[in-house]
Amino acid sequence: MITNPNAYDLIVAILNAIGVYNIILGFFQEQGMEYLLRIVIVLVEIAVVLVFVLLTVMFLSWFERKMFAVVQSRYGPMVTGPRGLFQPIADGIKLLGKEDIIPATADRWIFTIAPYIVFVSVLLVYIPLPFGESLILSDLRVGLLYIIAISAITPISILLAGWASNNKYSLMGAIRAVAQDISYTIPLAITAIAVVVFVGSLSTVDIVNAQQGYWFWIIPKWFIFLQPLGFILLLIACIAEMGRIPFDFQESEQELVAGFFTEYSGMKFAMFFLAEYAHMFAVSGIIVTIFLGGWTGPAIPIIPIQITSLIYFMIKTYAVIFFACWLRDTVPRVRIDQLLHLGWKIMIPLALLNLLVAAFVVTAGVI
Amino acid sequence: MAANEFLNNYLPFAMMLVIGIVFVAIALFMSRMVRPSVKTKEKLSTYECAETPVGDARIHYNIQYYMIVIVFLIFDVEVLFMYPWAVQLRSLGGLGFIEMVLFIEVLIIGLAYAWRKEALEWIQ
Repeated sequence: MITNPNAYDLIVAILNAIGVYNIILGFFQEQGMEYLLRIVIVLVEIAVVLVFVLLTVMFLSWFERKMFAVVQSRYGPMVTGPRGLFQPIADGIKLLGKEDIIPATADRWIFTIAPYIVFVSVLLVYIPLPFGESLILSDLRVGLLYIIAISAITPISILLAGWASNNKYSLMGAIRAVAQDISYTIPLAITAIAVVVFVGSLSTVDIVNAQQGYWFWIIPKWFIFLQPLGFILLLIACIAEMGRIPFDFQESEQELVAGFFTEYSGMKFAMFFLAEYAHMFAVSGIIVTIFLGGWTGPAIPIIPIQITSLIYFMIKTYAVIFFACWLRDTVPRVRIDQLLHLGWKIMIPLALLNLLVAAFVVTAGVI
Repeated sequence: MAANEFLNNYLPFAMMLVIGIVFVAIALFMSRMVRPSVKTKEKLSTYECAETPVGDARIHYNIQYYMIVIVFLIFDVEVLFMYPWAVQLRSLGGLGFIEMVLFIEVLIIGLAYAWRKEALEWIQ
């Protein structure tokens, strides 16, 4: 089995092209710590991803607010920086200086540990996310299963946060959030399996590679055209997973103040905020990877494929994010019984049907 | 070789785990350096729309959520069985397909049973 190139191989190739790789390798070998070089390179990759995630979160929080404002014929943030672009930085500085209050009745230890779990679990989703040709931290062979498994940790941290706060709004928001997350994990997983049936691999890079090329020289071979039903199901499930309007029961402001993070303030609140937007980007990236062809797109001469593929991935992901924000701006919230009805009685049967049709098509040898 | 490859594949995972924790720890520590800390009894009380909190939040809860988790557990385990099947379907051929049809049929009967027993209904 050939492993697909990841960011480590890319960095090594670049260093080789410059001609410094052997020098650095020799230096590390002299110290007898050859493996340390790999650790250093991976450290650089992770630092890049972390900075990227932070910048994305900052941009997204600005983008969403600005878009919400434009839809409502307001100006939105506009004082700090050009068109209010530095508003997230101002928010960050403000949150840094805010007092950190742990309620007297709260469970201090769990209250403190919940922001760690939520942020780290979202960060871990980025590992098998292919940003572009060979721009992937690690091409795990169980990539898709890994993503779904790691995403399942987030509800645990939400439940911990809500429970530890010992606040009625928090607990109610947390339990709702978990009920919603787990209800929609199943259609999400089943639609993802329907794609795996076509590809025959759980690796995210293999899924993207299977979507390269065109039918009739025009229509790209994206799975959205093979499984339109699956795409719609996955999109709904992912928006529910993100906990956004029309499925934002975890923090429906009119009923639950701020949901599970009502009691959080200062930097701990900022961690939940960061995690929410980072999760939004990751989930959009997963939708793009599974159904919208990932980083594939027409190659442009001269420019290296790594850069063009990154641009294509970004365009597609931001298109999905735009759609999610658009939904938030225009659609009212559904009721929780409607949510569970949709999840269990409509989406799961449809997802199973989608899987069976996909399996039949593959078994019959059509694709 | 195989073990080495496994290590290389999961090295980013281990490092991301550590770096994520360190990142949060540094952020919280930095905030501790600059923020004020003036605690009063009112500030430390639980938020309840500016009223004095009534009782504890951890009370008996709607049984409905428990039912959902039970049904979820069954489905989640069964979905787990589908992953290896999905990867290998091409080599399994028609027999594999029929087996999965039977499996999903059992799953659907289970869902129909839960549906009929009103486990999925939202009881007020």
